Amino acid sequence: MGRRQQKTQAKGSIIRVTGPVVEADGMAQAVMHELVAVGSERLVGEVIRLDGEIATIQVYENTSGLKLNEEVFGTGNPLSVELGPGLVGNVFDGIQRPLETLRERMGPFIQHGQRVVPISRDKKWFFTPASKVGGVVGSGDVLGTVQETGLIEHRILVPIGITGKIVNLAGEGEYTVTETIATLRVNGSEVEVQMLQRWPVRQPRPFKRRLPTYAPLITGQRVIDTFFPIAKGGSAAIPGGFGTGKTITQQQLAKWSNANLIVYVGCGERGNEMVDVLTSFPQLIDPSSGKPLMQRTILIANTSNMPVSAREASIYTGITIAEYYRDMGYDVALMADSTSRWAEALREVSGRLEEMPAEEGFPSYLPSRLAEFYERTGVVETLGSGNRAGSICAIGAVSPPGGDFSEPVTQHTKRFTRVFWALDPELADARHYPAINWMQSYSGYIGNVSAWWTKEVTKEWDSYRIQAMRILQLEDDLKNIVKLVGPEALPDRQRLVLETARIIRTAFLQQNALDPVDTYSVPLKQFKMLKIIVDFHKLGERIVSRGAPLFKVTQLPVLTDIMRMKTAVPNDKLDQLDEIDRRMHQYFENLEATMR
Amino acid sequence: MAGTGLEYKGVSQIYGPIMVIENVRDVGFDELVEVKVQSGETRLGRVTEVTRKAVTIQVFEGTSGLSLSKTRTRFLGKPLEVPVSMEMLGRVMNSFGEPIDGHPRFFSEDRRDINGFPMNPTAREYPRDFIQTGISAIDGLASLVRGQKLPVFSGPGLSHNALAAQIVRQAKIRNESEEFYVVFIAMGLEHDDAAFFRNSFEETGAIKNVAMFLNLADDPPVERIITPRAGLTLAEYLAFEHDAHVLVLLTDMTNYCEALREVSSSMEEVPSRKGYPGYMYSDLASIYERAGRITGKKGSITQMPILTMPNDDITHPIPDLTGYITEGQIVLSRSLETQNIYPPITITTSLSRLMKDGIGKGRTREDHADVASQLYAAYAQYNAVKSLATIIGEEGLVSRDKEYLRFGERLERAFVNQGRDENRSIEQTLSIAWDTLAQLPDEELTRIHPQYIQQYLPKIASEVK
Ligand SMILES: Nc1ncnc2c1ncn2[C@@H]1O[C@H](COP(=O)(O)OP(=O)(O)OP(=O)(O)O)[C@@H](O)[C@H]1O
Ligand SMILES: [Mg+2]
Repeated sequence: MGRRQQKTQAKGSIIRVTGPVVEADGMAQAVMHELVAVGSERLVGEVIRLDGEIATIQVYENTSGLKLNEEVFGTGNPLSVELGPGLVGNVFDGIQRPLETLRERMGPFIQHGQRVVPISRDKKWFFTPASKVGGVVGSGDVLGTVQETGLIEHRILVPIGITGKIVNLAGEGEYTVTETIATLRVNGSEVEVQMLQRWPVRQPRPFKRRLPTYAPLITGQRVIDTFFPIAKGGSAAIPGGFGTGKTITQQQLAKWSNANLIVYVGCGERGNEMVDVLTSFPQLIDPSSGKPLMQRTILIANTSNMPVSAREASIYTGITIAEYYRDMGYDVALMADSTSRWAEALREVSGRLEEMPAEEGFPSYLPSRLAEFYERTGVVETLGSGNRAGSICAIGAVSPPGGDFSEPVTQHTKRFTRVFWALDPELADARHYPAINWMQSYSGYIGNVSAWWTKEVTKEWDSYRIQAMRILQLEDDLKNIVKLVGPEALPDRQRLVLETARIIRTAFLQQNALDPVDTYSVPLKQFKMLKIIVDFHKLGERIVSRGAPLFKVTQLPVLTDIMRMKTAVPNDKLDQLDEIDRRMHQYFENLEATMR
Repeated sequence: MAGTGLEYKGVSQIYGPIMVIENVRDVGFDELVEVKVQSGETRLGRVTEVTRKAVTIQVFEGTSGLSLSKTRTRFLGKPLEVPVSMEMLGRVMNSFGEPIDGHPRFFSEDRRDINGFPMNPTAREYPRDFIQTGISAIDGLASLVRGQKLPVFSGPGLSHNALAAQIVRQAKIRNESEEFYVVFIAMGLEHDDAAFFRNSFEETGAIKNVAMFLNLADDPPVERIITPRAGLTLAEYLAFEHDAHVLVLLTDMTNYCEALREVSSSMEEVPSRKGYPGYMYSDLASIYERAGRITGKKGSITQMPILTMPNDDITHPIPDLTGYITEGQIVLSRSLETQNIYPPITITTSLSRLMKDGIGKGRTREDHADVASQLYAAYAQYNAVKSLATIIGEEGLVSRDKEYLRFGERLERAFVNQGRDENRSIEQTLSIAWDTLAQLPDEELTRIHPQYIQQYLPKIASEVK
């Protein structure tokens, strides 16, 4: 294919350089979004505008030293990612250059003009065929499998757009990604299929149809799972000013959520955070499989000091890889930290193109780009036979300037995502983590996931979370009065609300990511904890309404155990919670008995 | 890129720090340019855009005195480079790394591109080792870790200069056998302040381990954009080629950002918030992300950028974008300053994000994390009690709350507050922390492991005796 196109490929020369944007003349043959090689160092670029003979190119590497009249070559291909075994456990930059390999080649600093293929051509993988010679297969059918890591069975699929009869299929054995593993007869000609495939990043991969979301993505984070859940295939925004906890929350989700595969995109953020993931994930053990978490994680790291245009590409690189694993039938969770940096990259390039700015200098197509990105999430029935379902859920951090949510990126993201975890600087300053504000946040998936909770955990999930939420709501209403007159002036019933709300906040909502036990709570633990607290309130209310003084309720001896249960009760010893629950009921019964 | 060496006479346009030359060939983007003024003076600039018609040049020292017809320009075929040398320690340099302290030139061991290259994230090593500044509020509650970038958010007129000077004099690593240097980068500094810093380093002898890069308030703003890069280029050389631990102080980043805004607007770029350029985040990141450690290398670069928040507003783009890049912040408060508390470090909003991995047994002391967490929690409680007291009056408080009031006041007066020459070891800092915690009823110390309470809490310790 490649050779035939070469004749007509564009070859032009540079007529303008301004930062990451280059214009080249003589590019009539170029096509929109074509990948081009720029200048004598063959820097990677992408055509982003065509006007007569002139192509405008965004260059994904530092353009220092680039001169007029240097050549620009078309490649005939759009900006694409390589797909195949060898992605999981690896770290790539925004245009999928493998950072470990770059470091081996050129040391600790990234120089420009380096070409390295994303997926190793030398490594051999043990392939097990899953089809038969003579069978007719179509796009998305499984030709065979490779155990990519201890956690991921990589399914080698018939490439999209191909249907034919298998005339040759590799037997069990070791193959590199470029060796042919199958030959298909397609319309009379033979097509060779390798494990290595490519897909243009800006084009969503096709599927059969969308399916409704139903299962929650269990994250082990109580405020999320219990109050503002996200569904597999869902989308969430996590906006917050600096230091409010976006990254820690995303890392917690990457660590503990029950997705099959995590794609973590560090988009314009810190280098040290990437090393943190790289050093901690191989040590952390996935609770369900007992294998290191790195075995289900792919990292895209385009830190803030790396070229800004590659930052723009990183989001697409990430979601395309996510789609590829979705198509194998996996539940994928993608974290993008931070989508604001991606939007700023758009803005910077747009500015260089002298486009008419819309709100706050962002280009007018910002909302449509955001929409396109979040459109790529969802639960789908994949191509191929066997009714495979796969999903992508995307969690985008948003970094609003000055922490002000009225700015364009937060506002538009809100339109295209269904969960909103609003981070609150006041909570963060008070070291209430996760600083997710329970009055401003919402989830549009509660209806979807409640069936799952009812079936898998308890019928009472809805009722208890609503009661707890009501107590928090009441506290919020009372707050202003308390500010004016102090809590002492309130009647006991209302002071009990304040007391229970305080318990919900500190014993349930606050969750320390650094504590070995508290870092993750299984759904049943979350429910039992919540039930204890809400029952405390109900029992307390009853006894107070019968005239018992409030201090009798607040001096409940098991209260210290309730306050400590999040850290003291491990996920596999939940009967300790039943014991607390029993002691609490006992106390109230005794109390009531003394009052009769 | 090889320089053409050709000299061009005359330019077609001059505005702000920018000049435009037509009909030049073979010029590279970002290339260094030498500009000869008719008076004979030579200035430097860089190419910011090349088109078929013309080349746009930003002149670092400004364009005043330049004429359209007499200006001569030479393209040097390489980006701006500065000398690096061990001999720059103990010396004062300008933004181009040239000595300005009146002493003889030093031997330059190499010349380096001031922009450096981005560190490959996979080559980084996670920061874990404590740096002692001798300041209790920092060491105890927002510890600085080697390879971290931890800014100081100050306000106009607050005592950040004194704090910066004190940190330069006192900062040290716990392992004395490794080299520790300071690169001090001043941007837009007043002459008086520059003299204050120089004297303070010279008097105490600290200067021999300090390399100072000075850009003064009356130096051209464009030059301010290269000062931090020149200093960091030396820091990288010292850290990664001479195995030294380098602490880089940058003051005042507000002046830097203002220069960035000025240059951007003179280039007629579309402004973002408050007129600052849309790329200010990336630009600041290209400075701050040069902090770090590299696997397999002994040295490290730690940064403390200092900035003054306009109107004490933490949401202003300068502190805001800085906070989005750095790993925590130390915030100075006007209210503490007016209460004569030095350094006026606010406990609630100050945070070191890397502290958790840089303290504890073998790094500082085993009780450090618990003590810090308890101080934070108790201080938050103190603030809550204080605002309650404003409603119902101090008399109305229960005794436990009164103890919190005493605790909080003591924390500010005895722990945060310290002398401008008082250099406290981490052990001293922790011991003052324990004295302060002793103000509280024992059962309030829920965040500290009982064993440490036994061992360190003053009254218990003395009872045991
Ligand atoms: N769940 C948590 N448990 C414990 N500490 C937390 C938690 N969430 C946040 N923190 C604390 O808050 C600090 C900042 O959090 P984080 O790095 O996630 O902020 P951020 O919102 O990503 O900020 P930025 O926008 O600057 O990247 C952390 O270093 C940690 O000290
Ligand atoms: Mg973050």
